[in-house]
Amino acid sequence: MTLELHNVSKVVRGETHIRDVSLRLERGSLNVLLGPTLSGKTSLMRLMAGLDEPTSGRVIMDGTDVTGWPVRKRSVAMVYQQFINYPTLSVWENIASPLKVAGRPKDEIERKVAEAAKLLRIDKMLDRTPLELSGGQQQRTALARALVKGADLVLLDEPLANLDYKLREELREELPRLFAETGSILVYATTEPAEALLLGGHTATLHEGAVTQFGPTLDVYRRPHDRRTAQVFSDPPMNFLDIELKGGMAWIGEAVVPAAGSLHGLADGGYTIGFRPNHLALKAGRPHAVELEAVVAVTEITGSESFVHMDYAGCRWVALAHGVHEPEIDAPVRVWLDPERFFVFDRAGDLVAAPEPRAAAA
Amino acid sequence: MDKKYDNRAWFMVLPVVLLVAFSALVPLMTVVNYSVQDTFGNNVFFWAGTDWFEDVLLSDRFHDALWRQFLFSGIILAIEVPLGIAVALAMPRKGWLVPVCLVTMALPLLIPWNVVGTIWQVFARPDIGLLGYFLNNVLGMSFNYTLNPLHAWITVIVMDVWHWTSLVVLLCYAGLQSIPDAYYQAARIDGASKWAIFRHIQLPKLHRVLLIAVLLRFMDSFMIYTEPFVVTGGGPGSATTFLSIDLVKMAIGQFDLGRAAAFSIVYFLIILLVSWAFYTVMTGKTKDSQ
Repeated sequence: MTLELHNVSKVVRGETHIRDVSLRLERGSLNVLLGPTLSGKTSLMRLMAGLDEPTSGRVIMDGTDVTGWPVRKRSVAMVYQQFINYPTLSVWENIASPLKVAGRPKDEIERKVAEAAKLLRIDKMLDRTPLELSGGQQQRTALARALVKGADLVLLDEPLANLDYKLREELREELPRLFAETGSILVYATTEPAEALLLGGHTATLHEGAVTQFGPTLDVYRRPHDRRTAQVFSDPPMNFLDIELKGGMAWIGEAVVPAAGSLHGLADGGYTIGFRPNHLALKAGRPHAVELEAVVAVTEITGSESFVHMDYAGCRWVALAHGVHEPEIDAPVRVWLDPERFFVFDRAGDLVAAPEPRAAAA
Repeated sequence: MDKKYDNRAWFMVLPVVLLVAFSALVPLMTVVNYSVQDTFGNNVFFWAGTDWFEDVLLSDRFHDALWRQFLFSGIILAIEVPLGIAVALAMPRKGWLVPVCLVTMALPLLIPWNVVGTIWQVFARPDIGLLGYFLNNVLGMSFNYTLNPLHAWITVIVMDVWHWTSLVVLLCYAGLQSIPDAYYQAARIDGASKWAIFRHIQLPKLHRVLLIAVLLRFMDSFMIYTEPFVVTGGGPGSATTFLSIDLVKMAIGQFDLGRAAAFSIVYFLIILLVSWAFYTVMTGKTKDSQ
């Protein structure tokens, strides 16, 4: 069972929602669609499900061209951000509904519903209606409905976004295991890079309707092919700065330093460096760190961490520092960049060099 | 410690008290006053006790009007509610047709009741009315709402359906629009039939607006006066004499003030009772679904 998209595009009233997407999703795999709101995650899922027909391109399921097949003829289950259940039916009837529509025998329905309810730990609430359940239990009901269907393709559209933090962690851990046994192709849309990393599997990063990169999640995180991917796969966003290299020296803002770390051995010319907020240090530490002076804009303190937003040469940067930091607003602040942690992009935005993954790096 | 009472707050309430007194209490008490007394003119009144009430409650005339009233309200609810839902379901969910449909639907609601009555009075006339002429001369029926009680009923009911179904449509349409698109998608993925979507998604979501629609249409139709009065005048005979038409005949036509006053109070109590019953059902159901 594989799902292939060949150069799929979707244009609605002159507006491009999906731009030339090609993907190959394998049986039993977990695939994360990662991108900000309106990047086309839901549109892409609708095309995969057959709820919409692509403007151009082919959708191949298991070698069969299913482009234009109605959703009814495909084997698809979907779970949404809102908790979608039939409001007047009991939890049992809700879970049983796809099996009933498919006309399965009664004992099979009984067995499958009981199994799914047990897996999702809602077996004590089967007689209630969805409105008598908590949000987490309502979403578990919707997930159980998707699970019993045994569909080839299971689409989860930000399924945990409306749940509180604790429930989200709990369900996120269970989700990949739930569907692993069925051998379905699992597609999971999210806006949060951290969620993609926690889920693992493969990740496709989306930007303005186009897939910028698709590969094993950690690979995409460590070696984003281009600036866009790096931007999408970093929260808080990655910091960027244009630099120049000439004769083994690097012009980084006001500093001129030997081209070390990721910059070592690159040809002369203009580049853009990117570095994650946790590699923008507020105190000196690493030996080759480049020292710069930025201006503090805003500080957000979460308790164990502080996000210090600052402006440097027309760029807005964010530094993530442990503990509570309260630098004065509009005052200069000294920051240190570690060349070892630079992502280097050429002026066109393609990756030239990435930091070496550190063994057991914190 | 002494507590100081400040009674100035009462002055703030005074305007409302006066307004309610003059708009509701005083007229109501006047009616109560008439309903327990009898007079032969010259402003001389005799105590009549509950005589008028007994008289009204036991009279065939009142029973007939009440029965006609319930029948009328029942019929128009049975037509307007399902029809309203059906039209709302058939209306487009987006696009340029939406405002066109909404305005078209709202038009009958904007026409004064008196005018609606006049329109239908002329429209259904066998001699010059478009509908009446068509039925008689093209279809060869002998349709005459001034002679045939059944024809009079049909005319009055069709008129009410024409005038008020839009209200149910607009309420239901608003209810349908509030259902997130994801529900329909989920149903499509499940492979649910149109009937299943209606029965398990749309109808449950319409539950509250429908109760309001039924309540509004019931109260309004139960108090109907202007339109049948203009079209049939309560006739032929007393075939379309509903409660309020009968009441006006009694109070103004026959100047039977005592009996009419008792009639009014009974009428008022019936509406109050039915509205209370509706309210109880509505709030009860709401509790269930939370």
